[in-house]
Amino acid sequence: MRRSDLFGASWLNIGSVALGLAFLYLPMVVLVIYSFNASRLVTVWAGWSTHWYVELLNDGAMLESAWVTLRVALLSATVATVLGTLAAVALVRLGRFRGRLLFSGMVYAPLVMPEVITGLSLLLLFVAVSLDRGFWTIVIAHATLTMCFVAVVVQSRLLNFDRSLEEAAMDLGCPPVRTFFSVTLPLIMPALASGWVLAFTLSLDDLVIASFTTGPGATTVPIRIYSEIRLGVKPEINAICTVMLAIVAVAVVAVSLLRKLQRSEGLPEGAPTRAYPAPL
Amino acid sequence: MQNPPDAASALSRRDCAPCSEPAKQPLLRIEEVSKSFSGAAAVEQLSLDVFEGEFFALLGPSGCGKTTLLRMLAGLEAPDSGRILLDGNDLTAVPPYRRPLNMMFQSYALFPHLKVEDNIAFGLKQDRLPAAEIAMRVAQMLALVRLEGYGKRKPHQLSGGQRQRVALARSLAKRPRILLLDEPLAALDKKLRGETQFELMSLQEQLGLTFIIVTHDQQEAMTVADRMGVMNHGRLIQVATPAEIYEQPNSRWVADFIGEVNLIEGRVLTMRADAITIASTAAAQLCATQAGSANPGDSVWVALRPEKVRISREQPEQPAENCAAGQVCGIGYLGDISIYKVRLDSGFVMKAALANMTRALERPIRSDDRVWLHWTADAAVVLTQ
Amino acid sequence: MRTAPGADIGAVVKHRKTDRWGARLVVLVPYLWLGLFFLLPFLIVLKISLSRPAIAQPPYTPVLDITAGWQALKVFIGGLTVDNYSFIASDRLYLASYLKSLEVAALSTVLLLVIGFPLAYGMARAPRRWQPILFMVVVVPFWTSFLIRIYAWINVLQRDGLLNQALLALRIVDEPPGWLATDTAVYIGMVYSYLPFMVLPLYATLEQMDATLLEAAADLGCPRWKAFWLVTLPLSLPGIAAGAQLCFIPIVGEFVIPDLLGGSQSSMIGQTLWTEFFLNKDWPVASAVAVVLLCLLLVPILFYQRMQLRDLAGGL
Repeated sequence: MRRSDLFGASWLNIGSVALGLAFLYLPMVVLVIYSFNASRLVTVWAGWSTHWYVELLNDGAMLESAWVTLRVALLSATVATVLGTLAAVALVRLGRFRGRLLFSGMVYAPLVMPEVITGLSLLLLFVAVSLDRGFWTIVIAHATLTMCFVAVVVQSRLLNFDRSLEEAAMDLGCPPVRTFFSVTLPLIMPALASGWVLAFTLSLDDLVIASFTTGPGATTVPIRIYSEIRLGVKPEINAICTVMLAIVAVAVVAVSLLRKLQRSEGLPEGAPTRAYPAPL
Repeated sequence: MQNPPDAASALSRRDCAPCSEPAKQPLLRIEEVSKSFSGAAAVEQLSLDVFEGEFFALLGPSGCGKTTLLRMLAGLEAPDSGRILLDGNDLTAVPPYRRPLNMMFQSYALFPHLKVEDNIAFGLKQDRLPAAEIAMRVAQMLALVRLEGYGKRKPHQLSGGQRQRVALARSLAKRPRILLLDEPLAALDKKLRGETQFELMSLQEQLGLTFIIVTHDQQEAMTVADRMGVMNHGRLIQVATPAEIYEQPNSRWVADFIGEVNLIEGRVLTMRADAITIASTAAAQLCATQAGSANPGDSVWVALRPEKVRISREQPEQPAENCAAGQVCGIGYLGDISIYKVRLDSGFVMKAALANMTRALERPIRSDDRVWLHWTADAAVVLTQ
Repeated sequence: MRTAPGADIGAVVKHRKTDRWGARLVVLVPYLWLGLFFLLPFLIVLKISLSRPAIAQPPYTPVLDITAGWQALKVFIGGLTVDNYSFIASDRLYLASYLKSLEVAALSTVLLLVIGFPLAYGMARAPRRWQPILFMVVVVPFWTSFLIRIYAWINVLQRDGLLNQALLALRIVDEPPGWLATDTAVYIGMVYSYLPFMVLPLYATLEQMDATLLEAAADLGCPRWKAFWLVTLPLSLPGIAAGAQLCFIPIVGEFVIPDLLGGSQSSMIGQTLWTEFFLNKDWPVASAVAVVLLCLLLVPILFYQRMQLRDLAGGL
């Protein structure tokens, strides 16, 4: 909203924002603090200690899972970004083509579909074609799910894109495909980057789909955390969670710095859309 | 509306407008081109010839289709029917990146991620020219628009006027056969606009190129153009030199669209070789030398520009033709001229414009004064449509 | 470059052809991928929901063998059955699960709206400078691990956790109440996890709203609360619809939150599906449960897609 003196923020507004943010952050802050708790019991504070992080480093199985999780996330995010960008370009730029309704349905449905359904269906597919479940099936599953998120992020940016830049390029002799790569792509790159980071964090975090599509030797960190949680709260879990929070915090800061850089270059950016709460 | 210092050279160009050479072949020929959007016609059966070396202006109100026509020339829209011929070659099916025409966009459309010199070099790189030649041409262009030293800057570091010049340099870099300009001066302030108009004219003459400009600003069109086409509702109403359009409009619409005009309705009484008399309820008898295509008994309109109407407080001694009396009901003071609105005895309101020759703050003719308006027989144009 | 256009017709035609193929490829690649890994699996789920369990690999029968010819196909179709569906319809457990899921999703969505709207509204009203920071601050939890956030709540909600410590310290209760394994915990978890999904679409809609409309309402004699009711709320309905759909639909099938925070009294359908599949190893029944769930959600999903397409068309 464009602000006006008549309708600036009131105490009620400030209060609700503060309360909402406290609600969002308090548990995580507690978790991070307790990962440094020297005592095993959450109820007792026994001073600062990095003991649990050391334990974490010695936990071979957990490290193995972390490595698997990272590789899955990197790979699936990259595949998802390529596929999602293609899907967004198809939806925004190619007008009405045969099967567009079905295509858009397939792109938007995974955004709201309960993960148990998509997880189950993918597992049944892999079984039906006798594909051994493991690293690659998780990559395929994550790429399929996260490409839709990337598509929405890129789509939102493409809709805001100034077409006259593309027209100017064509007027100067650039055929459409080359125009896309030399004019459009560089300018929507931040959206692609943010889509990649989104896909990366979604993959890093996913439990349900990974559980359905995993196989021997491909246990991801969320799966491990989940099985440990069922046995109760443990400070080692606090430690690994804090580490993952730190990774994401770095990613978010990097993306926001990228945005700042792009703004200072005078490059146009996308606006937040109600269609999907994409962070950029 | 002072005459700017460069007017002399501008006038000399208009005297030899290319279209006055009957044998000359047009560079660009638009044949019966039509285009509609969702059922609404934007351009209807439009035909036009543009000659080499011309500065041609397309003028019209918003929504008249002039920008659509320009975009069809650039290849950014495809006509529903009709042909576009350049040097006799059919351009209609050729995509925009293969046409030897370039466009300067209204929003400039400078690539924000490229430096100024890369923006200018963009089209040259598409032609795969050698790097040395590209560098030379870019330097030439920067010198042409007087932006030497700005090559390494990015668009967001430039002012509006500077961006406009980069856009111009970029569109000229490929030496197109025709340069299309889409309301290029709309975003500039009045003073800058005036200066840039003359820069464009001298550039065009210097480079010997053909320019087609689209504008809704009458003054701009009349200033820069060798010939102009007035458009309305997707059709060309009149194509002629600015002087011809102003002094010899072919219809009431054109007369009313360009500048101010008094339109007096009447009926043709008699027609002689050099004069035609018209009876009108507004101003008794009118006499005009321009007969148009009227026949005796026809209903016609007489178009009279306010600056051609003389206004005085004394009754003129001449006969009652082309003369009317009335009361001043409004005065518009514009600084250089004053426009007097006079309610004639017949009830009709006429406008007369008078240059403010003296610096007196009190003008001799004031509101509610009784005045006489008179004009010569050759000051009016008789219109039949 | 002054090429006579006529001479280039060959090149023009070739360019047009490559353009068309380029366009086709842009659509085909994601289309095929999604068709293979999204659409096809659903058909397989449907097929398996019509099968019987078997002690075999794969653990269902009949198995479709496309190379076995027409006769085998007839046998295959003969082996299909709707037993699983009648089983689900007859057992109270499943009906209770579905109803529970719908109930939890509906109530959660309402709670999310009640909590999320003031937050989004406050964000939209904040000074321009602060809005990007506020936006990021709300988005960061959205990017952090879902599982971790739920686990963080377990930390707080467990019997000797922070919440009870605070309540005891403030003498609000004498005995530490049990928060975990209750419906309350599930609702807290749902609201906590899905809050960004509700706040961000709402914020996007409210942020675009023209404040001069409220000024006009004030000028015409509307007090602030009335202007909110008559102007702001109707205009924010698209955002509310988007947020509600983004929350309601996934919550119905939610598994992790009720599993970790909820009790064993009644499960939501996501848990039932998980149990059927992983514990009972009854793939056909699990598939049938999934198909029925999908049918339940079909109408909201179609609404969501219609809304997306309308947004897309509006922007084109």
